[in-house]
Amino acid sequence: MKKDLLSIDDLSRDEIYLILDTTEAMREIGQRPIKKVPTLRGKTIVNLFYEPSTRTRTSFEIAEKRLSADTLNIAVATSSVQKGETLADTALNIEAMAPDMIVMRHASSGAGHLLSRICRSRIINAGDGMHEHPTQALLDAFTIREHKQRIEGLKVTIVGDLLHSRVLRSNVKLLTKLGAEVWVSGPPTLVPPGIERFGVRVSARVDEAVAGADVIMMLRIQQERMHGAFIPSLREYFHTFGMTRARVALAKPDVIIMHPGPMNRGVEIASDVADGPYSVILEQVANGVSVRMAVLYLLAGGVDVD
Amino acid sequence: MPVVMDADRMGRSLARIAHEILERNRAIEELALVGIRTRGVPLARRIAQTIRDINQHEIPTGALDITLYRDDLMRTAVGAQPVIRRTEIPFSIDDRRILLVDDVLYTGRTIRAALDALIEFGRPKAIQLVVLVDRGHRELPIKADYVGKNLPTSPAESVQVHLTEIDGRDEVEILES
Repeated sequence: MKKDLLSIDDLSRDEIYLILDTTEAMREIGQRPIKKVPTLRGKTIVNLFYEPSTRTRTSFEIAEKRLSADTLNIAVATSSVQKGETLADTALNIEAMAPDMIVMRHASSGAGHLLSRICRSRIINAGDGMHEHPTQALLDAFTIREHKQRIEGLKVTIVGDLLHSRVLRSNVKLLTKLGAEVWVSGPPTLVPPGIERFGVRVSARVDEAVAGADVIMMLRIQQERMHGAFIPSLREYFHTFGMTRARVALAKPDVIIMHPGPMNRGVEIASDVADGPYSVILEQVANGVSVRMAVLYLLAGGVDVD
Repeated sequence: MPVVMDADRMGRSLARIAHEILERNRAIEELALVGIRTRGVPLARRIAQTIRDINQHEIPTGALDITLYRDDLMRTAVGAQPVIRRTEIPFSIDDRRILLVDDVLYTGRTIRAALDALIEFGRPKAIQLVVLVDRGHRELPIKADYVGKNLPTSPAESVQVHLTEIDGRDEVEILES
């Protein structure tokens, strides 16, 4: 493994499979009466979150605690960032206290790369702007593999706000690396230009994209990142791209429906689909802890020598 | 590369150990076998099979991966982390007599890690240690209760246990390193 996990580009196929296999072992720890192993005893991990997050921050924190690391959370609302400190200065100050790892979420794409250059601590990107969210893609891959026993050759359809989605970028990179056939669909205003270069099929017609799919992954309409008129109305969006039971019926009979959360019920996904029998949304959340334990464990080891 | 135990000897050692276990443990329903990954697991299954052949009693058997409890993790700045495999103990170990099974007993550090790992699953009435080979050179105060073969070695040598389930043959050999 490299020093940091900033992007799926940092991982080879073999390393992705190693993470998924390690996740299997980590999951068992969460089923024990005492859900804790001493592996990262004495390691300090800082969770530096510049954006609101419930799922990801909680998930990392539980993973860290299950591995016995000492963790601390810096939420920007209560930190010196409010007093005008730059990201680089905040990072250098945290670094001066010698943590072993920093888990960071930031609204700017590439924030993790900046930290990686100035910090000796290992950096894990927990979402940077519209760029990547690698641990989300890993937990999605784990969930898919668990249901389908493989990833290669599956038709995976990703629908929604493709433009603003870091989950999309990480998932596309990972799934194509492992040989899945990835389709994406969304309103033309929310499809990033040149997305075909990532090796995905693009369709503005969601029904075509969903037809025969093994996996449907819904993305959130990110209203907080939309500064402009991207969609006419949420109601119309739901009508054209929302995942309804009628659309799910076009996919394979054993399709699984995924969503990275938080969900906008009635916008990108109908409530009866989100809570329906095909939905694995809460499994994704559960698997998130195990995947993050695997990543923390594997990154805590030595750096590769070339 | 001298072979110090062939398939025949191995089978007889395991059969003897199975008899010793039954001799020393009256309350057979309290027993459970836990094999340490990798080669302790098939050894535990074989002992369970032998006991079943003797008295038709099914002894619950589990598998323990001790990697996350090792005392030599992250001591060097280079090289990948050891691969972790699943721990599977599908029964409660509370108030049971646990027979911990490994292939080779050497420094005792693996067993130390295994004891720590096991105790997180509950409070067994007792833990006994079963090894196929005891090659000496202990670094911790640990002793086996059942030994297939005592094998005096030098620290420069390495002892390799091969098992049919994993390696395609039953054999123990000493390698010069």
